[in-house]
Amino acid sequence: MTRAQRENLNGHLLTAPTLLVILAIVIVPFLAVIVFAFADLRLVDIPYMNLGNIEWTLDNIIGAMESKAFWGALGTTIAYATLTTLGAIVCGLAIALAIRRPFRGRGVVRALLLVPYVLPVIAAATIWRTMLNPQYGLINAFGLEFLGWDRPIGFLNTSTYEVFGVSIPLTLLTVVAFEVWKTTPLTFLFITARLQSIPGDIEEAAALDGASSRKILTQIVAPQLRAVVLLLILLRFIWSFQSFNDIYLLTGGAGGTQVMAVKVYTELITRADIGSAASYGLLMSVILAVLLVFYVLLSRRKETL
Amino acid sequence: MSKAMRAPLPERALRVLVIVVALVLAVGPVLYGVVLAIRPFSAVLNAPLDLFPSPSEWDFSAFGTAIRDEADGGFGLGRFIRNSLLLALGTVVASLAVSVLGAYAAARLRYKGRNVVNGIILSVYLLPGIVLAVPLFVMLSRVGLTGNLAGLLIVYVSTTIPVAVYMVRNYFIALPESVEEAAIIDGCTLPVMLWRVVLPIAAPGVAATAIYVFMIAWNEYLFALLFLVQKRELWTAPLGLSQLTEISVPVTVLLAGSIIVTVPVVVLFFIFQRFLVSGLTTGAEK
Repeated sequence: MTRAQRENLNGHLLTAPTLLVILAIVIVPFLAVIVFAFADLRLVDIPYMNLGNIEWTLDNIIGAMESKAFWGALGTTIAYATLTTLGAIVCGLAIALAIRRPFRGRGVVRALLLVPYVLPVIAAATIWRTMLNPQYGLINAFGLEFLGWDRPIGFLNTSTYEVFGVSIPLTLLTVVAFEVWKTTPLTFLFITARLQSIPGDIEEAAALDGASSRKILTQIVAPQLRAVVLLLILLRFIWSFQSFNDIYLLTGGAGGTQVMAVKVYTELITRADIGSAASYGLLMSVILAVLLVFYVLLSRRKETL
Repeated sequence: MSKAMRAPLPERALRVLVIVVALVLAVGPVLYGVVLAIRPFSAVLNAPLDLFPSPSEWDFSAFGTAIRDEADGGFGLGRFIRNSLLLALGTVVASLAVSVLGAYAAARLRYKGRNVVNGIILSVYLLPGIVLAVPLFVMLSRVGLTGNLAGLLIVYVSTTIPVAVYMVRNYFIALPESVEEAAIIDGCTLPVMLWRVVLPIAAPGVAATAIYVFMIAWNEYLFALLFLVQKRELWTAPLGLSQLTEISVPVTVLLAGSIIVTVPVVVLFFIFQRFLVSGLTTGAEK
């Protein structure tokens, strides 16, 4: 065997376990989603089902596309994903820029800022539910005592709330705030990593030439951050688009927070309809795939420009 | 930085303000959780705004109540934690055993189909967990693997492999290749070289990946809910705590439980913080 042949063989041998696991637990199930989405299948059918006795149907997909619940869930999901993505990136940028210059205790501050990200989601949700509780929660107690609220606000089960004559989707905004709180540390870390690799001497030279710090920020630092911010927009959007735990643990889907992932879960468990759950999941994946292709095309075009 | 870079006062003030607000928001809710866990619930009801209870008011009994078994008048969190620990450790061992091999191939070896393999791993990483939950629930119920920890272990291992491969690969790429070449020239076979040469040098990075995988398995909720909700004996810590929320368990106990579940991951994370941060953000620098 030549060296290249041996390397080829070794490559295949070392990758085989990874690929086998992914094939069995990811690729085959994903194909199954496609099959289920076109099958009339309920939870009670599980003991008898096999590939031979599937009743094929388009009802799941058509049913989903025709239902108000689907479009409602899609709208909620897009609003949720967009707001959490923007929120986490804006907050992450602000903190990363603020903490950029060395100061005493920076390491400790940086570590403490990561706490919301490290916290198990169940603990975070329990704390937030307590904090927002109408009877004994800190926020409502504070609002009643100091902000002149007439009565406690149900942050976790109020679809629309009137503030100065404008209705806002209160619970949706609450779960957005939760997700921004929980994911900002990650965007902050990514942006900090990028900032650290910008050589300091360019900025110093610009400062010596009399450039204002605002000019340095917009002309020198900002262009360097473009790629990492674009990457974060993509990753955060994809992840919050499929977010289940955070929303389900906070509201269980109440108060207008029925996003796609929660909808898939309720179709599967509450309504015991495998076909319908699979069709929601399939439509979700298609939307994400389209977004991904769009991003790849966009970043390719930017490179050739 | 030199004197020339010294920022004007308003800018520095703004910077301090951002850092202080961020710190309060990041750490405040957790401290609030701790305070409520050690105050008797009646005291919380009477004075929800009293965030600095006097030490005489402190009451740590909620922690014991949360942990003790149901038979001893507790809520069984000790058992949930044991289940979570078993699952998380099993996931770490199995996931890393597979990932280290795949990561080495991805970092060093030129083989046919390498780009395809890397592409598959990346797209799996981005695929929604909730979408896979439907067929995995159906298929694993069909073969009788829901309702026990083994089914959950299989799912955790496979869902953590892509991110583990990605992270370990980044650590491997950063290692000097010459050491490996020297080992091969000295007659080491590839497995021996991996075990004796590569792993010891990459140990901090592999450990950081192990911690990250541990955290994912420790925190996982959706699949535990789908597979184990009927089996109270086997509830994991996140599932157990969320199920206790449904029945009327005192909020003090729930918060005590949350703190107990949080401590191991926070401690592990901060010990390995430096390696974890570099592993997670490699690629962001470009």
